[in-house]
Amino acid sequence: MDEQVKLMHSQRPVGIIGYGSYIPMYRLPNAEIARVWKGGGKGPVKEKAVAGLDEDSVTIAIEAARNALARAEIAPEQLRAVWVGSESPPYAVKPSSTIVAEALGATPYLLAADMEFACKAGTEALQAAMGLVGSGMGEYALAIGADTAQGRPGDALEYTAASGGTAFIVGPAEEALAVCQASLSYVTDTPDFWRRAHQVYPSHGGRFTGEPAYFHHILSAAGAMMEQLAMQPQEFTYVVFHQPNVKFPRRAAKRLGFTVEQLTPGLLSGEIGNTYAAAAITGFSAVLDIAQPGDRILVVSFGSGAGSDAFVWHVTEAITERRDKAPAVADYIRRRQEIDYALYTRYRGKLQM
Amino acid sequence: MEAKVAHDWRLRGQRYRLEGEVCEHCGAKIFPPRDICPHCHQPARKPQTFSGKGEVYTFSTVQSPPQGFERYVPYTVALVKLEEGPVVTAQLTDVAPQDVKIGMPVEMVTRRLYTQNDESTITYGYKFRPVLR
Ligand SMILES: [Zn+2]
Repeated sequence: MDEQVKLMHSQRPVGIIGYGSYIPMYRLPNAEIARVWKGGGKGPVKEKAVAGLDEDSVTIAIEAARNALARAEIAPEQLRAVWVGSESPPYAVKPSSTIVAEALGATPYLLAADMEFACKAGTEALQAAMGLVGSGMGEYALAIGADTAQGRPGDALEYTAASGGTAFIVGPAEEALAVCQASLSYVTDTPDFWRRAHQVYPSHGGRFTGEPAYFHHILSAAGAMMEQLAMQPQEFTYVVFHQPNVKFPRRAAKRLGFTVEQLTPGLLSGEIGNTYAAAAITGFSAVLDIAQPGDRILVVSFGSGAGSDAFVWHVTEAITERRDKAPAVADYIRRRQEIDYALYTRYRGKLQM
Repeated sequence: MEAKVAHDWRLRGQRYRLEGEVCEHCGAKIFPPRDICPHCHQPARKPQTFSGKGEVYTFSTVQSPPQGFERYVPYTVALVKLEEGPVVTAQLTDVAPQDVKIGMPVEMVTRRLYTQNDESTITYGYKFRPVLR
């Protein structure tokens, strides 16, 4: 079994030629949620990013994708696929991806579809985009993870469920700012979090979400990846994990032998919450904002239901001239307007009139 | 409902990505597209996508909105002068009405414009916000 090759490689080498993120400007502090539901106290993160009245996962995906296009410096018509991963699409039936593709000016000669896999929908789209470009079917493909996540009022999830998005344009390795050395996916049927049809808010398995779900999949994917590549934690400059809170990724890093210094630049959940399909990849985007040529980055997503996608990236010289062509993640985090719980219920449509 | 869907669909180029026209006779940049140049009155059909950068020319805050916009009150509608020349009427977003100033640099973003009810389509289109950086 150990001899089996679990890694995935594309036929031709591929990488990221453009990346971009978007985070809405409104912030709801955890202390404000705790004040309303528990009479005070704190929560698992400092605050979370909340989408405004005129925002949804489509508008978030569009801005992230425009930033990725600005960095890639390709014409939108050169994209052969637009894939949007989200658990909060504005329509139950009608693709988000066609709206995004049209807004970018990428239509009509391309694939467009929405991906679903809870918080790993964005990396699922990224894997698919690497397959398309890596097989030579298309020269460029756009993969996006975007969410406006909602938790039931007063539930533990409400403290972290946040909004944001990140987009990647995948292209040939020669043009990449980060080349993919290998990817690996690890998937099982584990019901840690779900939402049935016609329900507004998700349900979760409480403590079951930790060990058999998040940790098992992240540690298995990261462990298999490093074992198969014969790489040690200290060979990576940065590591980024899915971040439903601050505690889980810290514990995962420790168990795998990574340091706080490797983890911290890509750990954003304390400031913006859990952006679901965008969480791990927005952390990766923040790391690309500061990475140097030659850096190696390990990215491991996690989606409930459950599974993890792991990627090893090599940063190239192209990063230095391309990263300033669009706003950095830090620019969006700095753009901050605090709101109270009352305004939050209005912005997120939690009042039934 | 059908008429609204068809109308929105026809306008998607200009609404989603500021697709206008350029006059091949006098070079004028035209937005929204109208197929006739407002300057030299010759036919103008060559598409031109605008950069989305501009500045607030004038503005007013809406307290009594038209139907479909009630949930956004109070919001600001501005005349935005695009860097290519045309002036476009648009809603401002991500800014409090009291923080809007004439001459303020703004950029185009695609946002939800309105939706009639839970069964209708969602209309997306351009708004402008203070330049991010
Ligand atoms: Zn003319």
